[in-house]
Amino acid sequence: MRIIDDMWRASKPNKKLMSGSDAVAEAVKMAKVDVISAYPITPQTHIIEKLASMCSAGELDATYINVESEHSAMAALIGAATAGARTFTATASQGLALMHELLHWAGNGRVPVVMAVVNRALGPGWNIWTDQTDSLSQRDTGWVQLYCNNAQDVFDHTLMAFPLAYTAHVPVMVVLDAYLLSHTYEPIDIPKQETVDAYLEEMPEMLYSIDFDNPASIWQLTMPEDYSRLRRQLQKNMNDVTFAYQSESGIFARHFGRKHALTEVYTLTEDKIQHKNLLITTGTITNTARAYIDASKRFDTAVCNLRMLRPFMPQGLAGWAAKAENVIVIDRNLSPGLGGIWAQEVKAWLSPYKRESSSAYTQPVQIYSYIAGMGGTDVTEETIERILNHVETDGECVKSYFVEDI
Amino acid sequence: MSLISKGHIACQGCVALSTARLVLDVMGPKTVVVIPACCISVCNGAYPSAAFGVPVVNCAFETAAITAAGIRAGLDKRGDEDAHVITLAGDGGTYDIGLQALSGAAERNDNIIYICYDNEAYMNTGIQRSSSTPIEAITMTTPKATPKKESKKDILSIMAAHRVPYIASATIAYPKDFRKKLEKAKEIEGFRFLLAFSPCPTGWKFDPKYGIKMAKLAVNAGIFPLIEIENGEVTWTREPKKGKRTESAEEYMRLQGRFDYE
Repeated sequence: MRIIDDMWRASKPNKKLMSGSDAVAEAVKMAKVDVISAYPITPQTHIIEKLASMCSAGELDATYINVESEHSAMAALIGAATAGARTFTATASQGLALMHELLHWAGNGRVPVVMAVVNRALGPGWNIWTDQTDSLSQRDTGWVQLYCNNAQDVFDHTLMAFPLAYTAHVPVMVVLDAYLLSHTYEPIDIPKQETVDAYLEEMPEMLYSIDFDNPASIWQLTMPEDYSRLRRQLQKNMNDVTFAYQSESGIFARHFGRKHALTEVYTLTEDKIQHKNLLITTGTITNTARAYIDASKRFDTAVCNLRMLRPFMPQGLAGWAAKAENVIVIDRNLSPGLGGIWAQEVKAWLSPYKRESSSAYTQPVQIYSYIAGMGGTDVTEETIERILNHVETDGECVKSYFVEDI
Repeated sequence: MSLISKGHIACQGCVALSTARLVLDVMGPKTVVVIPACCISVCNGAYPSAAFGVPVVNCAFETAAITAAGIRAGLDKRGDEDAHVITLAGDGGTYDIGLQALSGAAERNDNIIYICYDNEAYMNTGIQRSSSTPIEAITMTTPKATPKKESKKDILSIMAAHRVPYIASATIAYPKDFRKKLEKAKEIEGFRFLLAFSPCPTGWKFDPKYGIKMAKLAVNAGIFPLIEIENGEVTWTREPKKGKRTESAEEYMRLQGRFDYE
């Protein structure tokens, strides 16, 4: 820690008041991308407008392709990346859904595109507010998804996304809540360009396909055995992303003094392990849950933030969950007919684990699922309290509850 | 030596593949070929073999034009400005599903050569109607009892409305004309569009030896015009045969099975 602290002071952080959208654009500029291609959609438009003005002012030497759809935005970047370009785009909601086919293409094609996704509800009815169903329903496309809690997180993960994508040869999504992150201004540390340059210098070189001396056909007709081999390779590399993130987070800390984790537990007690309730949250709901614990002095409750979906290997979660009486997952998303998507992931992850108790009788970890904040409805400290009360009184593990119904 | 080797898996008498060969002869080895879902993507062969001797990027069905534009941006960034980026897309990927991205690339005047080999239906999926299929043609989705009711979409006029620097139609039945147009397209900056008429023995049900003959008859009948469009000016590079148009049209129809309603 000492080294990190010294580095931190030496780097003389330059705090700036910035929205989450500006933080994305700033990080993309500092990462010196080669090609940007984008299409407007609320609420991510600030990101691509800011990048357009940076390109226009010559602050960023990137080719900016204004396309006629998000589908084409992703296709353009896939093309540019085959020639070795560092690429970026941003989208949300319907735009992300329209891209779906090409998300598979980038994932299966092993194209290290970086994209910011501002979580917005899907229509109909038209709704521009936050909801994670857009990004979570892209779960099986072969993209790494990094969920952010605040503007600093957004900046840091946008930067980290590039080396992560290049190391694992997979595309990476940086995910932020609409308005609560994209449009909210926070003071954040913006490093010097030299620091970012030094950080990105450690990143592996981009592998590219177009080589006129050794011409090859890529993404062509592929017979079953070869296709299966490609899928096995993708699965292996995706699994490795967990470790790649941890090692990347270490390199990031060495350069910038901040360390990020796949899982982070927040609690009021010295004992970080033993709690009655373990609340599992993502995005800005994590901040609300932490604030609630502070304000209500809930010594019996810990908040665990999840960072990444695919791969989903939340380090440490099983240990904390096994010691908790109640594991409670709050989802701002819906898989209709099932319930919360993070809850489903957590249940699958924890299925081999039993509760640790003093009695000889052991039972499975008790996992409760709550859906809150659909289409941007407010999730407040009162919401968190209501959920905890419901767990104590009427909550059943097999169900997924809408907070409006409890 | 041809840049497309033996061992490709095209049908016997495939005009589209001969078209690709002629195109690469003129374009040369420093060319990236973008191929969406279409016959040519299959003709190239299965991984890890490939008949094409230049870099080939296969892309999603509706993305040929924009994938090519993205590659162009990437190549320019790394200093390969002298390389050519072309597409070889079928009529389905051009007239139908790829039209939106094609229009976008044309509107931005992206520096690529978009080549559509037009065999007038979805042949790769087994002969289904496209908006390029001519009126009264039989396909698997416009069967004999109810052949296609609509006329072929006029893609050349659609591209002309985008006011791109160069548009031409061609066919390997007239290789000198085709080569001249390609040479010209090569020298022009910006968006260039080439429509290559490619009779399909499998889909049109004609003897594979008649591919070139079919294309000649279509040109002579005035069914497929050989033109160039520059600055809004249309130039015919080969006029239909005077006094022989009806005769050519009749023979053209008679030699193929897609107009045979017996």
